[in-house]
Amino acid sequence: MSEIKNKLLKPSKATKQDRFGRRISVLCIGLIVILVASIIFFIATKGMATFISNHVNPIKFLTGTDWSPSQKMTGALPMIVTSFGVTLLAALIATPFAIAIAIYMTEIANKKGSKFLQPIIELLVGIPSVVYGFVGLTVVVPAVRTLFGGTGFGILAGSIVLFVMVLPTITTLTIDSLNAVPSHYRKASLALGATRWQTIYKVILRAALPGIMTAIVFGMARAFGEALAVQMVIGNSALMPTSLVSPTSTLTSQLTTEVGNTIMGTLPNNALWSLALILLLMSLFFNLVVKYIAKRGQLK
Amino acid sequence: MTKIIETKDVRLFYGKKEALHGISLDFNKNELTALIGPSGCGKSTFLRCLNRMNDLVPGVSIQGDFKLHDKDIYSSKMKSDDLRKQVGMVFQQPNPFPFSVYDNVAYGLKLKGIKDKKEIDQIVEDSLKKAAVWDEVKDNLHKNALSFSGGQQQRICIARVLAVKPDVILLDEPTSALDPISSNQVENTLLKLKKEFTIIMVTHNMHQAARISDKTAFMLDGDLIEYNKTKKMFLSPDQQMTSDYLNGKFG
Repeated sequence: MSEIKNKLLKPSKATKQDRFGRRISVLCIGLIVILVASIIFFIATKGMATFISNHVNPIKFLTGTDWSPSQKMTGALPMIVTSFGVTLLAALIATPFAIAIAIYMTEIANKKGSKFLQPIIELLVGIPSVVYGFVGLTVVVPAVRTLFGGTGFGILAGSIVLFVMVLPTITTLTIDSLNAVPSHYRKASLALGATRWQTIYKVILRAALPGIMTAIVFGMARAFGEALAVQMVIGNSALMPTSLVSPTSTLTSQLTTEVGNTIMGTLPNNALWSLALILLLMSLFFNLVVKYIAKRGQLK
Repeated sequence: MTKIIETKDVRLFYGKKEALHGISLDFNKNELTALIGPSGCGKSTFLRCLNRMNDLVPGVSIQGDFKLHDKDIYSSKMKSDDLRKQVGMVFQQPNPFPFSVYDNVAYGLKLKGIKDKKEIDQIVEDSLKKAAVWDEVKDNLHKNALSFSGGQQQRICIARVLAVKPDVILLDEPTSALDPISSNQVENTLLKLKKEFTIIMVTHNMHQAARISDKTAFMLDGDLIEYNKTKKMFLSPDQQMTSDYLNGKFG
């Protein structure tokens, strides 16, 4: 009897495995949380140093237009404007194409057609950004120069390169959201006498709208954070953009260009950390927007 | 009685398998006709032929004559979207769009190109009233249709079809996904509607057919066994097979 009792009172092998597995996953999650928290803390302290130890006025930092930290001029507005400019323009060009491809793949193409397109879109994701930048430098910049004048470097060239880079992101996520529209909406619409096109743009696109918005925001987040390819076509001069073809800088390209030329702890270095902080806050903001859209989509 | 839909010798194939073996049925104007029979007998398949919803199913081929107002349903001149504006359909599962009640009912009107706001408002209200769901939704017209109960959703779907002003309404087991109270409300709605519309309803519920239909067609394994006035069919059917089915000997 006591043998059975002992056996029942001890945790079984399965229970032990269960506890062991839980400990491992808690450990891993804990490590990641600590990692993320310390990255945010590190960038925040470094980024705030400009304002705390170098006594730069944060409002002047965000609104000033002259950037030359070695001469104590830290106006980051040109970079902020350019970053938003390329992001919005790239998303604006990419979204119609992405939606068109996604509609074709989910609603119109037969299996062969989508099987042919799928790897092409996946390939676009896999191309390293330096290759995009290189192609942009040799093809897009001269083309912009001939068509629109100027040096060719600038927001327009950056947007065109980013357009190709964010296209697959927006497309794949849009395809997912179109596929998630239940087929009975299509049937209901067709049974009411709608044509296929009416069904697509009046019902399917509308039902998938939250998903498409999320796709666009993800694409914008990618465009906002892209550094290398943009750096190669943007012109790299921290000037307020006067047109779409004037050389300028984004937050990211300014970071990659200058990061090797500054000394730790000095204002030029701290100012770069402040740019990084803005980037971090923006990606946080994009994440929040995605969460918000998803939540509103569910409520409907 | 004027005939509104006439079908003759309908055969339907899923690939090479024949699912309907030559069915001829005519439907009278302003009557409610019920199609009954055990699962898989082809009643829903037949119903979907009448508004060409089977065109969407891959591998289906259809033979036979179909006429709506003496016009061939399957002729190349008949566009499926025009046909479906005349022959509306309500499905088994309530399937309102994830839009507001108003937008759901106004959907068909916008397809027809009606833009006048007042006219749309009027038709939306009329349709919801005819579908006997107006009192339950009138204060929440701009609330999402999916937030209503199953029975209300189904009546919103009926209103959505009514707004297009079809001649014929097809219903594919419209109450089988609903609770008894909601089913009863939908049945009462249909009884009122047949004064204005011609209704063809598939149901697996014989009692429902007996309660509300004028004529009943009994199908079995892709054949039409008997087509008669509902009263006659349920009291003294011509065929032994019908009698056996109605008395629960099989099916």
